Amino acid sequence: MAQREHADKRVTRDSESETDVEQTGSATTTESRSDLDADVDAILDEIDDVLEENAEDFVKSFVQKGGQ
Amino acid sequence: MSGKGNDLGPATVNRVMGIETEYGITVPGHPTMNAMVTSTHVVNAYAMAVSQHARRKARWDYDEESPLRDARGFDMTRAEADPSQLTDEDLGLANVILTNGARLYVDHAHPEYSSPEVLSPRDAVLWDRAGVLIMEQAAQLASAGTGLPIHLYKNNTDNKGASYGTHENYLMRRTTPFADIVRHLTPFFVTRQVITGSGRLGIGQEGREMRFQLSQRADFFEVEVGLETTLKRPIINTRDEPHADPERYRRLHVIVGDANLSDVATLLKTGMTSLLLGMTEDGFLQSSDMALQDPVKSMHKVSHDLTLREGLEMRDGRTITALDLQYEYLRLARKYVEERGGADAETQEVLLLWETTLDDLVSDPTRCADRLDWVAKLQLMEGSMSRHGLDWSSHRLQAIDLQYSDVRSDRGLARRLESMGKLRRLHDDSAVLAAVTDPPRNTRAYFRGECMRRFPNEVAAASWDSVVFDLAGEESLLRVPTMEPTRGTAEHVASVFEASATAADLVRALSTS
Repeated sequence: MAQREHADKRVTRDSESETDVEQTGSATTTESRSDLDADVDAILDEIDDVLEENAEDFVKSFVQKGGQ
Repeated sequence: MSGKGNDLGPATVNRVMGIETEYGITVPGHPTMNAMVTSTHVVNAYAMAVSQHARRKARWDYDEESPLRDARGFDMTRAEADPSQLTDEDLGLANVILTNGARLYVDHAHPEYSSPEVLSPRDAVLWDRAGVLIMEQAAQLASAGTGLPIHLYKNNTDNKGASYGTHENYLMRRTTPFADIVRHLTPFFVTRQVITGSGRLGIGQEGREMRFQLSQRADFFEVEVGLETTLKRPIINTRDEPHADPERYRRLHVIVGDANLSDVATLLKTGMTSLLLGMTEDGFLQSSDMALQDPVKSMHKVSHDLTLREGLEMRDGRTITALDLQYEYLRLARKYVEERGGADAETQEVLLLWETTLDDLVSDPTRCADRLDWVAKLQLMEGSMSRHGLDWSSHRLQAIDLQYSDVRSDRGLARRLESMGKLRRLHDDSAVLAAVTDPPRNTRAYFRGECMRRFPNEVAAASWDSVVFDLAGEESLLRVPTMEPTRGTAEHVASVFEASATAADLVRALSTS
């Protein structure tokens, strides 16, 4: 039986994970309502392109076995 | 209040954690295909592709697993257990241990990705996303190999009565009384859905009524505390299987969560929860009591309430909204940080996002479409309704619900939203791609992953807490226990790997160091 023994050092966090923290917290977008509607419209154009063609068949045949 | 104060150091969201996800699977045009078989194709196709030059396939080492052990202090006997709970019986189902330290296998007729152990919420997001890419590739490979169109979905229900899980795992101090976890985490889990929900069109386990709700999973929870994960699902799961030294640790197995597609939702889910666990471990919440009169009913109520304004009855007679309960936890978290003399950068990030998101949910939830799954999904559905003149019973809307979680980059709606810049990301493509093959460097997953990468022919088996070697010339297998999740890191063993040309060298070096 091989056993590993190491000094019980505290693991320090990677320094790279600290660098990009600043930019995310404050990056809330504030768009006006019309910008938002235009955005949603653009999204819907795209969604309409990729949505399964026969929605009813797709939904009905999506049957899963239970899991955890 | 603990008064333990500053000697504990800054507050942190960091701890050993991981996320395991069972993916939905379909084969359009082949409704009679057995899901266990197609899931096996998915896992085996990926296993073949990543281990082309390996002569052997490491099996899962079940030695330390005890899924029937209960945190309340008693064991279920096998005769009492439902067969679906016997996950440690090696059924010969497909299983592969990846070089990134994760486990890809078949569980209950679903392909499942269990992420490697990570130390931070940001890393939890990264290796969870790596799982999505792995599933996307695995489905492609399996489709090519079988000639069947096999599609995978990162969701939690078929809206026809079946649910499958996305479980979070958090390593905790063994000394923390389990009753404290139940007391402080239950109201938190009931209400965090306003942030962590992935959205669902359909009410009730079988989707009997076509209305939108916040969470995929909420309607599948029936009891407050329990051991089961597949039936009578409990808000607090008592499975006590730490995959680590049980004298020092317990693993909190959280089964109430939704599969999140949004990076920020996953960051908040794991970050807020980890911080709450730290506060519980430090006894900081002892004097606060936010107990709900009926947690299970409240869980359903919160998920069904799109106004976010309905009151929940508390045990002390007060009534409180889910948002206000979340604000209360946030206030306590800030106080905890103050008492600990500050917090690290990642914790500050989580706190700020938590607050901003609650504020946005109060003033205008659509502001959260860039970071919360349920808001993004609802926006797609409402937009589609007004554009095409649909109502909630439309199959088109149900298709949006499902396809939001499609793992394919060109078909999955969440992934489309990301590529349009509408859903925020925390890691770029190159980082995610690296996490598909590379393990985290700061947990034992590093040791496991490097063993798989360097010595695939000598690793006979592996698990969370072991790597088992079969070395030429050795009579018996050599089991290297990895019971301490914060050892076996790059800092500890990278130089040992560098100095070991063979697996035998490695085992020898580990035995003598």
